[in-house]
Amino acid sequence: MSGILVLEQLLNGLGYGLMLFLLAAGLTLVFGIMDVLNLAHGSLFMSGAYVAAEAHTRTGSFTAAIVIAVAVTVVVALLLEVLLMRRLYTRDHLAQVLATFGVILVADDIVKMTWGPSPVMAPTPAALSGPINLVDGLPYPAYRLVILAGGLLVALALYLLVNHTRIGMRVRAGASDRPMAELMGVRVGRIFNGVFLLGAALAALAGALMGPIVAVQVGMGEAILIPALVVLVIGGIGSVRGAFVAALLVGVVDTIGRAFVPMLLRATLPPATAADLGPLFAEVAMYALMVVVLIFRPSGLFSARS
Amino acid sequence: MKSSSRYIGLGLLFVLLAAFPLVAPLLGLDFYIGFVRRVLVVALAAASLNFILGFGGMVALGHAGFIGMGAYTVVALSDAGVMSAWVMWPLAALVAGGVAALIGTVALRTRGVYFIMTTLAFAQMLYFVVVSLRRYGGDDGYTLMSRPTLLPGIDLGNESNFYWVVLVVVALALWWLQRATQSRFGHALMGIRDNETRMRALGYPVFRLQLVAFTIAGAIAGLAGALLAGGNGFVSPATMHWTQSATLLVMVVIGGLGRSWGGPVGAIVWLLLEEFLKQHTEHWHMPLGLLLIAVALWAPKGLAALYKRRLPLTPALSPEGRGSKA
Repeated sequence: MSGILVLEQLLNGLGYGLMLFLLAAGLTLVFGIMDVLNLAHGSLFMSGAYVAAEAHTRTGSFTAAIVIAVAVTVVVALLLEVLLMRRLYTRDHLAQVLATFGVILVADDIVKMTWGPSPVMAPTPAALSGPINLVDGLPYPAYRLVILAGGLLVALALYLLVNHTRIGMRVRAGASDRPMAELMGVRVGRIFNGVFLLGAALAALAGALMGPIVAVQVGMGEAILIPALVVLVIGGIGSVRGAFVAALLVGVVDTIGRAFVPMLLRATLPPATAADLGPLFAEVAMYALMVVVLIFRPSGLFSARS
Repeated sequence: MKSSSRYIGLGLLFVLLAAFPLVAPLLGLDFYIGFVRRVLVVALAAASLNFILGFGGMVALGHAGFIGMGAYTVVALSDAGVMSAWVMWPLAALVAGGVAALIGTVALRTRGVYFIMTTLAFAQMLYFVVVSLRRYGGDDGYTLMSRPTLLPGIDLGNESNFYWVVLVVVALALWWLQRATQSRFGHALMGIRDNETRMRALGYPVFRLQLVAFTIAGAIAGLAGALLAGGNGFVSPATMHWTQSATLLVMVVIGGLGRSWGGPVGAIVWLLLEEFLKQHTEHWHMPLGLLLIAVALWAPKGLAALYKRRLPLTPALSPEGRGSKA
């Protein structure tokens, strides 16, 4: 196994982890502050991917596609917040799971009605479709580098916003002790509205960026939701830093499970057994990581409320 | 008086269900014999989830995993040439119960959303385990050779015969579950749901009681999985997908959390609606989704709560319950 291959796979894992972070950041803030478990977060991701694919085909501009996707999804999220989420704040998690699972069903059907049941093509921007030689012998797809850079940039911006601004301070206060924050004069409800929309924008951005490298199809929101929830739980609920660390961890562990473990199995086990076990480790690695973390830290790595 | 009229009602329901395969052909409803059988089995699965969710306050989001364990036990036995229902069904319950006990040992250490996610994670792992079992069809699923055998002379390949056997098994299991919730054990379980700290202070072995309940629910879900597999003659990993666990959860809440008929009522309503909507529109998810939102907003105690009886009601999930506010 060459060093270059390892590097390439690690970059892939990092990219995936950063996209998971974009999803998990919104999810964990909403959950941390308002204690609302929003299963429909994946549907916002799907909305971002579909709108971006559509806008890209129509306008021919990738930048415009991303802006439109984020704008449309934020409007959708605003509607969702006003019509539904508001009524769920004071309810137990079960009611929230139920209602937002209902939203998933509705969202999937709306997408199916609009774009049909088969996957939609999300073109890779022409200027970024080629590979770039990172080091000698490692041509890496330029588009994946953009995802990496974009993810890192957003993560940095979010870190600065949450940890070094007045608004961020209020957000953190709301996440770690809501009643106390309210007593101190923080309007947590209003902060939450902003965070919910910000979370939607991040989910849409992730969807728009991921569109060209995954299948844009009905159900893509549910497929990414579970890894995002895993990140949230590993990181500890309400902690953006935790989400960031956990997202990178999950991205890398997932890649190790997908790329290196099957390789190791092929080298050590009979081919048939290796072919059977390989995919299993690939899929299970992330969940195993979560279970192990929870055994030692039952409320995640950096729980905001511990 | 009250309880005797209740037994008459249940007896009547049983007779009506038992008569269905005889009446259906006359009405041209043969197709629905299989459908009603499936509803019965799913009702049992939902009741087993309600046992830990409604009575135990444990929001488990991995119940489809146990159903799948039961179904794949049947697959493994069938693949090995064992077709006797007397072996298949108890073993399916045993395997699923065993797996549930192991999972419960880890999951019950966590609380709230962490519990929801741990149960989900384990169910996902089970899902990917069966996907990787290529001997049993992997992703494509496994077609069973034939229906299980029960006694010489009873041909379970006959749709009506199989229906009656399922009806009896489901009725017995539901009755037993009902008894369990009314036993000392069931009351201790509800006590833990309502106030874990107090029950601990009173000296109840909270963890052990919860683990036993979790195991029982897993075993009964496994039995349901075995019945489902035997009836459909086909098992695929799709049975164990997390959305199936979520759907079961939905059924229980729609029916009524912690109400003796909550699980079955929810399963019946959900499956009937699904069947009806599928026949009328390709976009049948949306109405179901809207119904869910409506139930969550306006009927959080479920449909079974709309029918009020004067027997003591079990309270809804308390704030201290597992999986409610963390």
